[in-house]
Amino acid sequence: MAFLLRLMWRNIFRQKLRVGLTGLGIVIAVIAFALLRTLVDAWYAGVNASSSSRLVTRHAISLGFSLPIHYQQKIRQVSGVSGVSFAVWFGGIYINEKNFFPQFAVEPSTYFNLFPEFAIEPEERAAFLHDRKGALVGRKLAAQYGWKVGDTIPLRGTIYPGEWNFVVRGIYHGAERGSDESMFFFHYANLNENLKKLGDSRADHVGIFFVGIDKPKRAAEISAAIDELFKNSLAETFTETEKAFQLGFVAMTETIVMAVRIVSMVVIVIIMAVMANTMAMSARERIGEYATLKALGFGPVWIAALIVGESLILALGAGGVGILAAFPVVDRVAELLGRFFPVFMLSGRTIWMAWAAALVVGMAAAVFPAYKAATVSVSEGLRSL
Amino acid sequence: MPSLIEIRNLSKFYRRGEQRIPVLVDINLDVMEGDFLALMGPSGSGKSTLLNLIAGLDRPTAGVLRVGGVDIAALPESALADWRAAHVGFVFQFYNLIPVLTAFENVELPLTLTPLSRQERRQHVELVIELVGLGDRKTHYPRQLSGGQQQRVAIARALVTDPMLIVADEPTGDLDRASAAEILELMERMNEDLGKTIVMVTHDQRAADKAHYVQHLDKGELSERVEVLARTP
Ligand SMILES: Nc1ncnc2c1ncn2[C@@H]1O[C@H](COP(=O)(O)OP(=O)(O)OP(=O)(O)O)[C@@H](O)[C@H]1O
Ligand SMILES: [Mg+2]
Repeated sequence: MAFLLRLMWRNIFRQKLRVGLTGLGIVIAVIAFALLRTLVDAWYAGVNASSSSRLVTRHAISLGFSLPIHYQQKIRQVSGVSGVSFAVWFGGIYINEKNFFPQFAVEPSTYFNLFPEFAIEPEERAAFLHDRKGALVGRKLAAQYGWKVGDTIPLRGTIYPGEWNFVVRGIYHGAERGSDESMFFFHYANLNENLKKLGDSRADHVGIFFVGIDKPKRAAEISAAIDELFKNSLAETFTETEKAFQLGFVAMTETIVMAVRIVSMVVIVIIMAVMANTMAMSARERIGEYATLKALGFGPVWIAALIVGESLILALGAGGVGILAAFPVVDRVAELLGRFFPVFMLSGRTIWMAWAAALVVGMAAAVFPAYKAATVSVSEGLRSL
Repeated sequence: MPSLIEIRNLSKFYRRGEQRIPVLVDINLDVMEGDFLALMGPSGSGKSTLLNLIAGLDRPTAGVLRVGGVDIAALPESALADWRAAHVGFVFQFYNLIPVLTAFENVELPLTLTPLSRQERRQHVELVIELVGLGDRKTHYPRQLSGGQQQRVAIARALVTDPMLIVADEPTGDLDRASAAEILELMERMNEDLGKTIVMVTHDQRAADKAHYVQHLDKGELSERVEVLARTP
């Protein structure tokens, strides 16, 4: 056994350039695989972070239409509803268009009760509640632009024109691993006052309502009850779970996600072919040695183990290096794509899948050469020398 | 003295498509224990094929083949492999050493199939490696050794399991005259001092001269003529 391992190990490093290039290929393939899987995960991060105890109510026609703010009181009356809040997409520009981050006008007194995943220090929470010109920003967002509590952030309105200045009153952090820490919240009252002053018809209208419910199991029933309230009114509603709402966004890009998934598989298939070629070349060159070993009395299982072991050491070794290297690479990409993907990190599942892929590559590459070497006739194998 | 190798009406055919190509035809041969037989003959006459059959590397198409009383053609594959490991030592024209193993490790290789402890293996290896005069080359890899030295490692590997039979296919075929002489001297000592039965294929008359007798193969047939060069012990 010790001898088998020694022979395996030394065989790996016989053609240094070949094994080096194949190993490098595996490392890069595993990094690419991990990165692509992480991209898919990031796409679904919003879905995964969504709560099963929240519903989203929007205009029945589309998200492009807003709902009157007084719906809040009516929804609150539906049995099983524990709280109602709302959010309005602001879409302002910070200095220039490249600095994209989501900004929402919310009602702080109700909103953060519904979203316990945004953790805020009590003093900062109080400070934000008391300052109508105040803003609450995510930890990652603040870090990205170097904002501190007390800083004034100017936003140029696009949907709601004008120069808007907000004072950072608090910085929230995610209570869970998947929480989005790159959002910018401010008081809806601030926005609404302005709209009223200008006589804008959008005053007292909001994009979506978030509805807290006591029992997730009753989600369908409560959704129907809410929509029933506004049936035949000017603005009919459509209510669904937050997860379904988030999935609706992702569904629009389903084919892209599918393509990314397929590419991540193709990467593995390609490296499998490269690796199989390496193993087949080595085994072909060494067929005389395998025949010699068989002549000396070594059995086909021993010979097959020699080749499979060599292939597995190479695949899992390089795969492990690839997985280790994937961490800094994913971190770097997370920095670059942070504004598109608030949650971009290697999941345990991705790491596990990368190991599995390396294992499959190592096994698959060895099957044919191991079979050939194990079954070669000794007299024919010796002739090939 | 019983026959170690007993061959009766042995034939070997190869199949090429529909054709059956006779390589060995109706061979009869006895090799006594302690004999040193040289097989000669033109290229393609079937020498290697016969040697491989005797060594249990290949199976005859027809006839009787008994080595040490065992009908080796009837053994299943894994039993045949065990039989080879226990009873046959191999010496090849191109040495067939494993390039990634040192001289010592190459010699140790067949012993890893035995239940011997590391310590015992070490002792056996030291013994035969001294015997072939390579005590100072143990940690060298094959590519760091001359052809003659590599062949001596191969002889040590053939001897280390103390087999009853040594088969050698043109053991001097790739060597210069001086190295060949050293190898032949070792073959002679294996036969005389250690009592090994040797069957050696060769093209080299000087090599054949070391044997007790020479058998000639031609087009797959063993000639009646037997050159007796030395008394069998
Ligand atoms: N696997 C095989 N399939 C078909 N023909 C074979 C096979 N092995 C050997 N032969 C044929 O059998 C014949 C004898 O081959 P063998 O190797 O025994 O000759 P040889 O006497 O050892 O020759 P050389 O002196 O060149 O080594 C040759 O004609 C060879 O082509
Ligand atoms: Mg031959």
